[in-house]
Amino acid sequence: MGELFLMSDIRVEKLDEFRWIIPPTGGMRVPGIIYADERMMKSIEKDESLKQVANVAHLPGIIRHSLAMPDIHWGYGFPIGGVAAFDMEDGIISPGGVGYDINCGVRLMTTNLQFDEIKNRVKDLVIALFRDIPAGVGSEGSIKLSPDEEKKVLREGAGWAVKHGYGSLGDLMTTEDGGRMDGADPACVSERALERGRRQLGTLGSGNHFLEIEVVDKIFDRKIASTFGLMVEGQVAVAIHTGSRGFGHQVCDDYLARMVKRSNKLDFPLPDRQLAFAYIASDEGKEYMSAMACAANYAWANRQILMHWTRQTFEKTLQMSPREIGMRLVYDVCHNIAKIEEFPVAGRKRKVCVHRKGATRALPPQHPALPDVYREVGQPVLIPGDMGTGSYVLAGAEKAFEETFGSSCHGAGRVMSRGRAMKESRNRSIVKEMADKGIVIMAAGKKTIREEMPDAYKNMEDVVNIVHRAGLSRKVARLRAVGCIKG
Amino acid sequence: MNKNGDWEVLPSYRIFEHTADLGVEIYGLNERELFYNAAFALFDIMTDVNLVRVRKEKRIFVEGGDLEELLVNFLREILYMYNGEGLLLKECAISEMDNFHIKGTARGEPFAQERHHMNIEIKAVTYHCVEIRKTPETWIGRVIFDV
Repeated sequence: MGELFLMSDIRVEKLDEFRWIIPPTGGMRVPGIIYADERMMKSIEKDESLKQVANVAHLPGIIRHSLAMPDIHWGYGFPIGGVAAFDMEDGIISPGGVGYDINCGVRLMTTNLQFDEIKNRVKDLVIALFRDIPAGVGSEGSIKLSPDEEKKVLREGAGWAVKHGYGSLGDLMTTEDGGRMDGADPACVSERALERGRRQLGTLGSGNHFLEIEVVDKIFDRKIASTFGLMVEGQVAVAIHTGSRGFGHQVCDDYLARMVKRSNKLDFPLPDRQLAFAYIASDEGKEYMSAMACAANYAWANRQILMHWTRQTFEKTLQMSPREIGMRLVYDVCHNIAKIEEFPVAGRKRKVCVHRKGATRALPPQHPALPDVYREVGQPVLIPGDMGTGSYVLAGAEKAFEETFGSSCHGAGRVMSRGRAMKESRNRSIVKEMADKGIVIMAAGKKTIREEMPDAYKNMEDVVNIVHRAGLSRKVARLRAVGCIKG
Repeated sequence: MNKNGDWEVLPSYRIFEHTADLGVEIYGLNERELFYNAAFALFDIMTDVNLVRVRKEKRIFVEGGDLEELLVNFLREILYMYNGEGLLLKECAISEMDNFHIKGTARGEPFAQERHHMNIEIKAVTYHCVEIRKTPETWIGRVIFDV
């Protein structure tokens, strides 16, 4: 162990080149582990996120470590970038450990198109996508669900969308969990959540959500990249980043309030009310799990529908057939979720409840949950950048399985508050700055573009390099943005 | 008084920095005013409250285990007016209140694209770091919104 840092009352020691440990003090049941290099640690110490890593370590039944990925930043309750696994018998599930946007996630599609073929049409594509994909504050979709139909969406997930003509069965093969989480029970969902859900299926939403046209910029591992369908530099791809919209928010809000109400009866002090929880084995824990699964399925259906519309918009705008465009789903990952998964713990396989709040599942090669096509290379780990900077594609690796309950980073991570971004972007035209870099952007909200400007985020390259060098995931390819629609 | 000899009006709230979200510090001469100002802050951040008319009224009854939980639950209920029912708030009246209950009415009108503009979407009111304290001069509350 090397240097010792004291950060906002939290003692942090350097464990090795990429890992830092918060030794247990007070009510912490396990140590905290943060994946970061020295330079990043200096940025991390500026907010309260390390304290949040320590807070999570207070929760009952936590196994081994309270973990944080290099894109860690200050959230509420759990830090964003936080990972924690809990024992199935005496462990807990926490709505705040999943987040409001349940199954917020990313999907990436490749095409047969080369950038040279469409570079004069990017603007037309962005305008058409902006017209066809509902985006923005409180955006509502063209799909109006009856109460019965909505319940089917909640039970069936992306499969419901495919059954109704949005995409094909093949898409489900390359969606995490086949686009459907088991155990979804609409009876565990409030009337308020159901009401909000009926109007918003097939919408992008606002904030950091986006739909982006990207181009393969650099391939790091040709073998894995070609297995993922990323064949050559210059190939056109599309990324969609969104989640379960108002439905997921309402599910989280409802259960959090219920659990907060009970939390003053606990026999130990909860360091933050937002960490309120239920035991996994309790009725309330099971009910939340069933409601959360409904929201996860809603999000998968949502991204499936948006992908279908994207395919149609490309066909119409470019006057090309589906076969010519060949828009194929590489993978769909969720990065706000709690899941029951099996991992080796103390030498034996054990079922645990893994919370990933702003973290991506990263299964290594040969894992049984992988689709056959990716069995040899590991799971595609999709890392969206901030608005307009493109994405990274990584592949899950062994160390993630051993150290982080099969988890990797999820994005760049904010470094600047929205307020500061607004101040610093005053007198600047972010749209023009992006245009100068060759990126066409359209947004529903004027402020969103400034709040989400690239300077507000950590350098994604630093984040990705750490998970690569720490062995959590392998770098496969980098994509750059050429067109983007925002809420 | 300020240097011009005018009485300075304390702002009813101010925004503080939080990396991913939006923190709000709210002031009030008593608990009731604090709660009233918190409801106002929520909608003042989202839209131009001056453009909202009184067309609809909604009864509010909320409980909490203490004053802080009560504040979050009250704001959750007020926010649901927009997120769930599409209403913008103009004003609210608190008729009864103690540390564990609040009863009142909220008034406003449905959001209309041609009349109203949304600056930012507040997606949720969190319990994270919620705080209420009394100073000799005023009551101060702090809440973090998910945006």
